Amino acid sequence: MKVLIPSSLRSYTKEREVEASGATLLELLADLDRHYPGLKFRVVNEQDRMRGHMRFFVNSEQVFDLTHALRPTDEVYLLQALSGG
Amino acid sequence: MAHTTRKPATRKPVPTVRAKRSPRRRPTRRVLVLVATRKGAWLLHGDAARKTWRVDGPHFLGHIVNHLVLDPRDGRTLLAAAKTGHLGPTIFRSTDLGRTWKEATRPPAFAKAADGPDTKKSGRAVDHTFWLTPCHANEPNAWYAGTSPQGLFRSNDGGVTWEPFSIINDDPQYRAWMGTVQDGTPDGPKMHSIIVDPRDPAHLYFAMSGGGVHETLDRGRTWTPLVKGMEVVEGFDAVNIAFHDPHCVRLCPSNPDRLYQQNHCGIYRLDRPSSEWTRIGKNMPKQVGDIGFPMVLHPRDADTAWVFPMDGTTVWPRTSPEGKPCVYVTHNGGKRWQRLDTGLPKSQAWWTVKRQAMTADVQDPVGLYFGTTSGELWMSRDEGQRWTCIARNLPEIYAVEAVEAG
Repeated sequence: MKVLIPSSLRSYTKEREVEASGATLLELLADLDRHYPGLKFRVVNEQDRMRGHMRFFVNSEQVFDLTHALRPTDEVYLLQALSGG
Repeated sequence: MAHTTRKPATRKPVPTVRAKRSPRRRPTRRVLVLVATRKGAWLLHGDAARKTWRVDGPHFLGHIVNHLVLDPRDGRTLLAAAKTGHLGPTIFRSTDLGRTWKEATRPPAFAKAADGPDTKKSGRAVDHTFWLTPCHANEPNAWYAGTSPQGLFRSNDGGVTWEPFSIINDDPQYRAWMGTVQDGTPDGPKMHSIIVDPRDPAHLYFAMSGGGVHETLDRGRTWTPLVKGMEVVEGFDAVNIAFHDPHCVRLCPSNPDRLYQQNHCGIYRLDRPSSEWTRIGKNMPKQVGDIGFPMVLHPRDADTAWVFPMDGTTVWPRTSPEGKPCVYVTHNGGKRWQRLDTGLPKSQAWWTVKRQAMTADVQDPVGLYFGTTSGELWMSRDEGQRWTCIARNLPEIYAVEAVEAG
């Protein structure tokens, strides 16, 4: 599926948009990490919790549950939240 | 608790050299100053006289770099502890003095909590790596890292992969002494001042803000709190290790049986095998006090140390006292202190210096360096007699290291 990558993570992907697969958001992150080593730990911590200012949108809906089920046709946006300052 | 010990330290006493300076060494290499800031890192290459500086940077612009350290065992490997406002923490590594960088493949991270709604919530996560220490000279490529929240990690491959080290990250007693995020410093509780005894790689110290100073003689299998003589904030019980807040602990390069400490509650000295700190900051002028963050030691004279006092009164402004920055030096182990402020602003300078942001080189005379919360880098070529600003308009400076490279 198509995954939009925020500017802060493009040092890993070199692309604004990449293809990745997974049955859940956690699996999707694992797939991204296989292709772009180190990316996952910048987004979720060692307890599989989202970093404070990172956000997932699936088909334009914000999703906080990383076990959220994905379909191959889903469009996933990985964004860094507005955090002020 | 089962893994800790309260047995007093039993290192064999070694002859101490306190009043005499070790033999002077000829400076043969140039000084490189490593500056870690809230918005990236800079390297300043000095000339032979330490008068002009070539600026290399920014590296990792926009990253919060808490520590940038050279491996003294090879003179060219740099490790940088970094994160950004949005992204999680990592370690960057260079083997060519910062020309190229590679990211750690496994940065410091706590063990994953067992599955389950409650255990998941209690599992800790590294917010940032705060402190980096190369291991013993006989352990090439090995490093220690201290994190926020407090955790101790080790790498055996030059910083590429990191593993939790020792028992303290998960020990119930140590977890209690570490307290919660609310018990720590404003940007998170920290593990810092990881010290390796140059005579014995199994003999280590570390400090926690908060959580006290601790020592191991068996490579981290067991640890002993080392807080006797240290004071705590009025109203708290000094018996409780959690209430102790060492800001910076340093071991004398010329006498590994002597440590100095800048604490939330004063300046201290410890001469081993004693395990009781002496508050030498009581000898500072009353109007200045003995609160601050950094502690800097002379590379060849165990009686000489420098501090950078900070206003720790009332609401803790964390500025220079009365807006007049100054360094204080002792040449007799803390019995007397002398103000060193020639060249520094005389008034209306409301910055201060963080615990990793002041250091000394090993040249003769010793060069001193400090970076300010307002982004200025100051140095002295004459052991603090006169100060010069060598860089300004940098981001808030978190750490400064002066090394010999090349």
